[in-house]
Amino acid sequence: MSLEPFLLLAAALFSIGLFGVLTQQSVVMLMMGLELMLGGVIVGAAAVWRHVAPAVADGQVLVVLAVTVMAVEMAVGFAVVTALFRAREVDMTDMAAELKE
Amino acid sequence: MAEAAPLWATLVLPLALAAAAVATAGFDAVLSASAERGPAAGPREAGLRALAPVREALRLLVQQPRRTTADDRLLGRLGVVLVPVAAVLAGAVLPWGFSAVSDPPVGIVWFNAMEVLAWAAVWLTGWGPNSALALIGGHRFLAQGLAYELPHMLAITTAALGAGSLRIGEVVAAQDGLWFVVWMPGAFAVYLSSALAMAFWGPFAHPVARDAAGGAAAELAGVDRLVFLGGRWLLLVVTAGFSVPLFLGGGNGPLLPGWAWTLLKTAAVLALLVAGRRALPVLRMERYMEVAWTVLVPVTLLQALVVAVVVLNG
Amino acid sequence: MFDDVVFWALALPAVAAGVMVFRFDSMARATYALLTSLLCVGGEVLLLGLDYLGVVIVLMMTIEMAVMAVFMVMYMMNPAGLMPMTMVHNAKGAVVICAAVLAVLVAGILLAPWPARRGEPSADPTRDLGLSLMGPQMLTMMTLGLALVATIVATVVLATRRGRYDRYGDDVDARCADDPVRGGTGR
Repeated sequence: MSLEPFLLLAAALFSIGLFGVLTQQSVVMLMMGLELMLGGVIVGAAAVWRHVAPAVADGQVLVVLAVTVMAVEMAVGFAVVTALFRAREVDMTDMAAELKE
Repeated sequence: MAEAAPLWATLVLPLALAAAAVATAGFDAVLSASAERGPAAGPREAGLRALAPVREALRLLVQQPRRTTADDRLLGRLGVVLVPVAAVLAGAVLPWGFSAVSDPPVGIVWFNAMEVLAWAAVWLTGWGPNSALALIGGHRFLAQGLAYELPHMLAITTAALGAGSLRIGEVVAAQDGLWFVVWMPGAFAVYLSSALAMAFWGPFAHPVARDAAGGAAAELAGVDRLVFLGGRWLLLVVTAGFSVPLFLGGGNGPLLPGWAWTLLKTAAVLALLVAGRRALPVLRMERYMEVAWTVLVPVTLLQALVVAVVVLNG
Repeated sequence: MFDDVVFWALALPAVAAGVMVFRFDSMARATYALLTSLLCVGGEVLLLGLDYLGVVIVLMMTIEMAVMAVFMVMYMMNPAGLMPMTMVHNAKGAVVICAAVLAVLVAGILLAPWPARRGEPSADPTRDLGLSLMGPQMLTMMTLGLALVATIVATVVLATRRGRYDRYGDDVDARCADDPVRGGTGR
């Protein structure tokens, strides 16, 4: 197995996630797009570890980092949505933009 | 180190687990019947009582399936089927004597990951039928999962720490002399409670409790119900059986061969759980949550500290 | 050969499920489509020889998506997809942007002179990872730990409505916290 197919998969997942992040109005759906983008990052990091520098563990550390970012992103995201919903009864990005007014 | 089991073991594993589940359910039925109707008059009646789960299974096989309006059949079915599948996948790393169907280098993490699939399975089962009570049951299991998972992970990490390996074969090998239960009693007790919680059975049956008309299983009938509730017994057998390689020395023991010791120990743990559940009420999750996070997590952390100090000085 | 089959058997469902996340009307289905996609990602990581990280991804993503489904059902207007509605903005622009990003990435992947492999993977990559996180990468690990603690504090602050004055009275001197739900340690 060569490096390129894994990176192509990573690029595809990243682009789909980016589409979700750009289009979804709901904050929760936007977070699902972010998760998908990070899934692409994980595949890419693991593939580069395997095919470029398997002797050192730096690629693995990058995967650990991405997984942690996923957990943090989800926890903070849900807390923000909960706070937003309590304050304004909104759960959509377009409506949250009104907060600055 | 455990040797790999022959290929036929893969086919035998689900059958062996199912047989153990039927035996456990039969024992439970005997105890329930003697509590309700007095002790059995003779061995024949006791045998009939022990067959009650089998009769119930046959009845469910021919029962009419039930459908609710605007249900999500795909996800509901997926959840129902995922319960026994998760149990069997987790059982794949369960050593029988000294050989398991598979003994991956991260067997303990694998077991944990497969057992967590039950979270998704129970929630999906509750979500599927578009029924409020079923969804309440599914939500209850997620709350229960968040309560039991942290102490549970710390408990199994403690066993891995004692052996210095995530491979289950090496955990068993490390207990050649002294069983882990002797110097990890806290982790063992926490593991047993979370084993019950994982199988949402006994004192942790809140997700399928009677006060919610059966909770996640409220709308299940026929084969669906058989697969879901049968899968729950499988989960109980697998989680209880996993305490044997983790804490009770696996196949290690005098005189008898390894497989016999595994069988004996698993039966003893299951008998303890089945008999013990009669002494305990069903726990509400908001109560267990506080106990789990303020009592059990510190207990398991202290236990892990003790084990770490012993390992470093050993 | 076997690796190729496994790779495509995981890659195609990963991408298909990823697309379905934004096409399902039902929020529960969207969440579990995302879980399918991420489980396939975990499978690819296993295929790359990272046993520990692959299984951990399966474990974490299952928990994460199971919890996420609850929030999806709680906050979305149309949790079960029984009344189809679209909740997207600027779909056309996004398609153009994403196609451009994908094209650039693919061109980069195919045209870049990837360096030759240096070294061989060791017999136990999990051990390498542990030694690395507790050795040269200690700073990364400590930063992650601090970030997680900060996350726990921040999420509780953001999500809770009740502070200590609500729980212990105006002078913070009540003996028992006045919580709407009583806990299990004897209160």
